[in-house]
Amino acid sequence: MSNFLSASIGRKVFMSLTGLFLISFLSLHLTLNLLLIFDDSGNLFNQAAHFMATNPMIKIMEPILALGFVIHIIWAGWITLDNMKARPKGYASGDQLLKWWAPSKNMFILGGMILVFLILHIFNFWVKLKITGDPLLDKATGTGIEMHNTYALVSNLFIKFPLYDVIYVIGGILVGLHLSHGFWSAFQTIGLSNINWMKRLKFIANLIGVIFAVGFSAIPIYFLLKF
Amino acid sequence: MADKILNKIYVKVWRQNNPTAKGRFETYTVENISQGNSFLEMIDILNDKLILEGKDPIAFDHDCREGICGMCSLYINGHAHGPDTQVTTCQLHMRKFSEGQTITVEPWRVGAFPVIKDVMVDRTAFEKIQQAGGFVSVNTGGVPDGNTIPVSQEDAEEAMDAAACIGCGACAATCKNSSAMLFLAAKVSQFAKLPQGKVEAKRRAKAMYAKMDELGFGGCTNTGACELACPKSISIAHIARLNREYLKAKIAD
Repeated sequence: MSNFLSASIGRKVFMSLTGLFLISFLSLHLTLNLLLIFDDSGNLFNQAAHFMATNPMIKIMEPILALGFVIHIIWAGWITLDNMKARPKGYASGDQLLKWWAPSKNMFILGGMILVFLILHIFNFWVKLKITGDPLLDKATGTGIEMHNTYALVSNLFIKFPLYDVIYVIGGILVGLHLSHGFWSAFQTIGLSNINWMKRLKFIANLIGVIFAVGFSAIPIYFLLKF
Repeated sequence: MADKILNKIYVKVWRQNNPTAKGRFETYTVENISQGNSFLEMIDILNDKLILEGKDPIAFDHDCREGICGMCSLYINGHAHGPDTQVTTCQLHMRKFSEGQTITVEPWRVGAFPVIKDVMVDRTAFEKIQQAGGFVSVNTGGVPDGNTIPVSQEDAEEAMDAAACIGCGACAATCKNSSAMLFLAAKVSQFAKLPQGKVEAKRRAKAMYAKMDELGFGGCTNTGACELACPKSISIAHIARLNREYLKAKIAD
């Protein structure tokens, strides 16, 4: 088993499984976030946020999610460094076969940019919700139960700071590009692909990429246009 | 219709005297090349000129010049085997180039394929991977016995598609990670699809994988560049099969 963990394929299986796990998290994240644009009173989103903050299952999943991110990021660095060592000298004429912007060639760079975005994102919301608190959170919206006004925190950021809108749109696009390769690649790595399914998986991956990019970008754009 | 003549082209080629020497690019002018010439004939003409001038000719690998032996290599203008599809360098023609063009010729840049001289590389690493498990050692009987083993047309075709691999190394040369996965996948697939190869399937996938890692090839990140560069168009779907075979073997351990 030990040689499986250090073998190139073993490490990639970790990337694949954590990647698929993170996609499942992102799906939930996007679904709940879209409540932001379906209810301007903020009640729906606040209730969803309250549920996520208090449900015991979610509490259990939180550290597992963090671990998923950590493994995915550390393993990415490990694999990329090793892969770079496999070619000590590069080509003067470059690679003319795949375009320089092909997501498959830039997964580490895309992932790195998403990491920078993720850190900013955590400081924008998670830190305020869980650690420091924020005056905006205290404005209760009258749902009966006492809960954070997460909607106020989010809408304030997107309405007052157009720069953040731009950053969050870029973040959404980066995630979409990353997944357009990551999704089908994860299945390929664990062997769940063949000549027919590869085409289908690639199609689904592109579809997921578009859904996530458009979905996440739609939220800041909505707040920017509407308010 | 007669082939057009390229009056003047420039060949920027990697020159390296021996494996340890520091190499450099040198640019040569080549005149009056017919577009009907093959790329290697153009190098032959250039080498004749270099020999007449008392210079060291460019060392490059070639053998059958029919696109089947897997001996020729060369990374030409950013493409393994040059800017044509589904051909090896020996099948590349000068009609793919234009008047006055500078053609950059480099050896395969793969850590596991050290340069021997100029654009010639040592691809023994592929032989080592093959020796690690790319064979059938169980007794499969004589030819009549072989024919009595039923193999579906589909499986036979897929195994044959994988067996089309000539081991030229274009996959590893093109891969941004210098990964030999397409080669490995082809060699594992050609056996995995046939009953004769199934007996040792588990051992084979593990042994060949371990050898690839040991030799310093990178890992696969599914960019698909190898499939595009492969002169035999071997599909990366075979890589999924290789991974499946390997994981099945590992889970059974």
